[in-house]
Amino acid sequence: MGDLYLIRKNLFRKKTRAVLMMVAIFVAFLLFGVLGSFERAFNSGETGASATRLVVNNKINFTQPMPIAYLNRVRAVEGVRVASHWNWFGGYFQEPRNFVISFAVEPDTYLDVVGTDYAFVPEEKAAFLADRGSIAVGDAVAKKFGWQVGDRIPLTSNIFTNRSTGNRTWDFTIAAIFTPARDLVGTDVVFFHYEYFNETRSFGRDFIGSIVLETTDPALNDKVADAIDALFANSPFETKTVTEAAFNKAFAEQLGNITLIVTLVVGAAFVTILMIVGNTMVMAIRERTREIGVLKTLGFPNGRIFRMVLGESLLLSFIGGGLGLAAAYGACIFLAPLVGGFAPGLTLALPVVLAGVGFMVLLGFVTGVIPAMNALRLNIVTALGRD
Amino acid sequence: MSNAPLIRIFKASKRFTKGKETITIFENLNLSIPQGDFVAIMGPSGSGKTTLLNLCGGIDRPTSGEVHVAGARIDSLPEGALSKWRAANVGFIFQFYNLMPMLTAAKNVELPLLLTKLGGAERRKRVETALKLVNLADRLNHLPREMSGGQMQRVAIARAMVSDPTLLLCDEPTGDLDRTTADEILKTLQLLNRELGKTIVMVTHDPEAAKYARRTLHLDKGVFTERDVAAA
Ligand SMILES: Nc1ncnc2c1ncn2[C@@H]1O[C@H](COP(=O)(O)OP(=O)(O)OP(=O)(O)O)[C@@H](O)[C@H]1O
Ligand SMILES: [Mg+2]
Repeated sequence: MGDLYLIRKNLFRKKTRAVLMMVAIFVAFLLFGVLGSFERAFNSGETGASATRLVVNNKINFTQPMPIAYLNRVRAVEGVRVASHWNWFGGYFQEPRNFVISFAVEPDTYLDVVGTDYAFVPEEKAAFLADRGSIAVGDAVAKKFGWQVGDRIPLTSNIFTNRSTGNRTWDFTIAAIFTPARDLVGTDVVFFHYEYFNETRSFGRDFIGSIVLETTDPALNDKVADAIDALFANSPFETKTVTEAAFNKAFAEQLGNITLIVTLVVGAAFVTILMIVGNTMVMAIRERTREIGVLKTLGFPNGRIFRMVLGESLLLSFIGGGLGLAAAYGACIFLAPLVGGFAPGLTLALPVVLAGVGFMVLLGFVTGVIPAMNALRLNIVTALGRD
Repeated sequence: MSNAPLIRIFKASKRFTKGKETITIFENLNLSIPQGDFVAIMGPSGSGKTTLLNLCGGIDRPTSGEVHVAGARIDSLPEGALSKWRAANVGFIFQFYNLMPMLTAAKNVELPLLLTKLGGAERRKRVETALKLVNLADRLNHLPREMSGGQMQRVAIARAMVSDPTLLLCDEPTGDLDRTTADEILKTLQLLNRELGKTIVMVTHDPEAAKYARRTLHLDKGVFTERDVAAA
């Protein structure tokens, strides 16, 4: 028997109470682990983005289109290695809740621009480039819906109408399933031929959403961006050219300030457990006043009693928090394919784990220090006199 | 029984101040208890018996005066040194046993040994010896709630004895027990005094219990009177 044995016995003497506190801590750390990891992955666009990639958008905002004629003029700007374009399709599969991040692109130039992001089987890539009615599907999407190469699948747009059928659905043949070629790249996305889409859509013809290009050297990025925006200044469709990282960030912020939301949710959870656990620990130690008096009578020094009480709330915090982070690890694995491109590479990252351990220590100290001080200051005669 | 005093209280006073009122429990009290004695202290409720016992055990300090126990002047020892002194020199036995409810008999008895440098095996050996001494060798793994009052008090005695202190302080050790059980406990205390030479100071309200002691002191209105129990 050592002090840890006593700490453990004390903590679990009222099992229901200990378990309830642990569940509260568990939930807070589960939230922290999952949301913290999600926030990291969500904001990872910055790190996942290519350094030489620029995105040209309508200056008003990136949902506004611009004429396809701009593409060739951008290609002529010095320092541009290759330029392509993408168009938001707003698609879903069969039901609106089966949302699919889908773009109409110019396939050969587009795959050149994003070539370092995705890995293709060469034959599949060739088949995708050759068949204008085909679609290339990220493996995350394929896995989600159980799609295979050769399948014929319908995608319905919540924006555009198909002129040839009169409804909003387009049919595609899956020519390729691609995988991520580097870390932090999400494959929760599909691409199909702009040409095929442009011919059959009922409005917005010959307009494109964004131009994406690669410069010959990251050092030229600013110069190229300025040159492009100067080219279209004072036209009906002025442009704003930014790095892919900046664009991803702006896009993410469009969806809401995830960092703030995560901070608020996790903060609220922590404040709550701080109150619950702190209060419960104070009460638990007060109930033990007499026993602490006995320990002191036996000769246990004040410092050791202080450490034992503090140790109890630290142990509580570490059990609840440890289980919470372990569950968060599992939850991240489970959620990764579901959140796909929104939070590429979702996993319980080491910095989140380290911050979590830091919070466990902090929680243990904050909830333990008051009861520990009370125990330390307890007068033996008063404690023994109490029934 | 040697005649060197183990406890010497010299001109001790104890007062409590509450607001403007000051209550004096005793003033300039002197007491000398030799090594190997077994003293019963009797007296009306509120006369200061527990307070006196607490002074002897170093868990309370006099308002003025000196308390010498086992070669140390304990009224002026700093807190940390006093803790160490208690662990080495005194065993306490209370009316309501004061066992840790979540620990087995053996673990309760082992508690004071956590303050020593003894290894696990040696500690276990001493715990078994102490529990054998109080006839509880078969109850090692029982929790306090699984034991009777008499058994709990015997565990408490084993706990007080396990680190082999010279002095045992008992505050109404049989106050919560029936006659037969009380007699068993008192016989055990008598044995510890006679066979192992432990000095025992026992506060009690029960004249029958006091008969087990070598002598009885009466504390009333802050003054001691010694009477022969047999003559009383
Ligand atoms: N912390 C305190 N503050 C004020 N008065 C106190 C305090 N502790 C003890 N007293 C008073 O001191 C007196 C002696 O108390 P003590 O507990 O020593 O009596 P006792 O002889 O042991 O009584 P009993 O036989 O009922 O156990 C009592 O009148 C009690 O009210
Ligand atoms: Mg008393």
